[in-house]
Amino acid sequence: MSVDKETVMKIARLSRIAISDAEAESMVPELNAILGWVEQLAEVDVSGVEPTTAVIPNKLRLREDKVTDGDVREKVLANAPARENGFFGVPKVIE
Amino acid sequence: MSDITELGVAAIRDGVAKGEFTAVEAAEAFNANVAAGRALNAFIVETPEMAIEAAKAIDADKAAGKPLGKMAGVPIGMKDLFCTEGVQSTAGSKILEGFIPQYESTVSANLWKAGAGMLGKLNMDQFAMGSSNETSHFGNVLSPWRIQGSNHDLVPGGSSGGSASVVAARLCPGATGTDTGGSIRQPAAFTGITGIKPTYGRCSRWGVVAFASSLDQAGSLAHDVRDCAIMLEAMAGFDPKDTTSLDAQVPDWEAALSSDLKGKKVGIPKEYRMDGMDGEIEALWQKGIELLTDAGAQIVDISLPHTKYALPAYYIIAPAEASSNLARYDGVRYGLRDLPDGAGLQDMYAVTRAAGFGSEVKRRIMIGTYVLSAGFYDAYYTQAQKIRTLIAQDFEKAWEKCDVILAPSTPTAAFAPGEQSDNPLAMYLNDVFAVPASMAGLPAMSVPAGLNKDGLPLGLQIIGKAMDEQSVLNAGLAIEERADFTARPEKWW
Repeated sequence: MSVDKETVMKIARLSRIAISDAEAESMVPELNAILGWVEQLAEVDVSGVEPTTAVIPNKLRLREDKVTDGDVREKVLANAPARENGFFGVPKVIE
Repeated sequence: MSDITELGVAAIRDGVAKGEFTAVEAAEAFNANVAAGRALNAFIVETPEMAIEAAKAIDADKAAGKPLGKMAGVPIGMKDLFCTEGVQSTAGSKILEGFIPQYESTVSANLWKAGAGMLGKLNMDQFAMGSSNETSHFGNVLSPWRIQGSNHDLVPGGSSGGSASVVAARLCPGATGTDTGGSIRQPAAFTGITGIKPTYGRCSRWGVVAFASSLDQAGSLAHDVRDCAIMLEAMAGFDPKDTTSLDAQVPDWEAALSSDLKGKKVGIPKEYRMDGMDGEIEALWQKGIELLTDAGAQIVDISLPHTKYALPAYYIIAPAEASSNLARYDGVRYGLRDLPDGAGLQDMYAVTRAAGFGSEVKRRIMIGTYVLSAGFYDAYYTQAQKIRTLIAQDFEKAWEKCDVILAPSTPTAAFAPGEQSDNPLAMYLNDVFAVPASMAGLPAMSVPAGLNKDGLPLGLQIIGKAMDEQSVLNAGLAIEERADFTARPEKWW
């Protein structure tokens, strides 16, 4: 499988990364080199093999259902690029 | 004491405990080396006052006769991937420039609790993506090493390149690192120091900027095996705040160190002997076999048949996880925001991320997005995760025949900046020997074992069973005691 410029533009859109036409152009051979190289994985017979979900066996733990955190609004907002009235500020979303 | 910066973690801890020098004297000595070592560009932020403050507390505890922790009086460097409360933490990126965490990572908190102090935040490949420290927003880290008779720069390896550089140059007696696919072992090998990544889950990932969550694991870099063991012991431990943290006792690795390998079996994986392997690396590997035989170990040939697929599978799984983890950098809650006039929310995301991420990070996010996208998920991601299972099974079978595995750490010695940065694939191959253990979550370490013809360090790698860091450390110690690696970089910085 290989990508063309349109596919690269689409991946960039999905990744929420703005790229110029020229950047997309130059990424085509780069991404194709990497994708061409990982292609060799297709030759491995994986019939009957389960995909890895956890490398080291571990069990999901339950914790007591009680509040252990919170009431730290100032800390949460401390690094916000924009804040208004105790909330994160964002550009207008609804027209 | 003539020069405290000549000492490692154990010697500083013991010297402080015995009253041979104070913790403040140790902190001052290393602060001075940090200030004199700026040509290495290994620090993003220096925190000399924090090192002094921690040291004063230790000296006061000692004067009051209180018990001292296992890192008491030892000032260390902290990779900038760890969030440190009140001190900028950037992961080497522009998008997190100016980010001041409001909390402390579990690993760093554990170190401070054990009595360590912080000399500063260490430069690294951006978001830990890189093998040469050329992807940091804050400039390249340089290795203190140079080819004999040359004044050309060399890379320290990556992504924990700042950590490796400061230990090798004696700006810090030890430093934290993180290893996703070789980011502790490869830089340790390039700079002639020792570095260990423990079993996945030993160290909490809470407060560590995430790259690939199923692979990321913190570890230590220091001058020798004992120092690495002490530091790792202080870092590790169960943490309910990380769901993948292992609820297991941390052994006293230092106390159980033993280089007597009688009755131990060391596996030599034939698949690591790759076509076109550097003759010097092959000779070093052979030397390692002889050293471990001398320590009483029995050498056995083993096979890890899926070795060649580990690196390409890693370059699907790690970017896939990265593309998901790095979605959080959106210009809303923290970090950079780039909002052109009249732009909406979607534009803000895209422009912010374009401005805030470096090219290697963008490349990996995009690869990850592609392999996870509709229609490609099974062919790439599921296939890679199945191959990961086969890689883990290879190791399981190997453990029926041996206790630890010996392999080279890297396919070459350190190279010059720019030499591989134009070719991502060539750069990725640096981790060809390191990635299989990462994919299986196994403990592994690099120990310096010799110099190449240019006088540059080369490392040997020990891989162990899950939870058996002790056997890894012990085999590492056996190499260390016999390899007699005393070479040091000549000071130019």
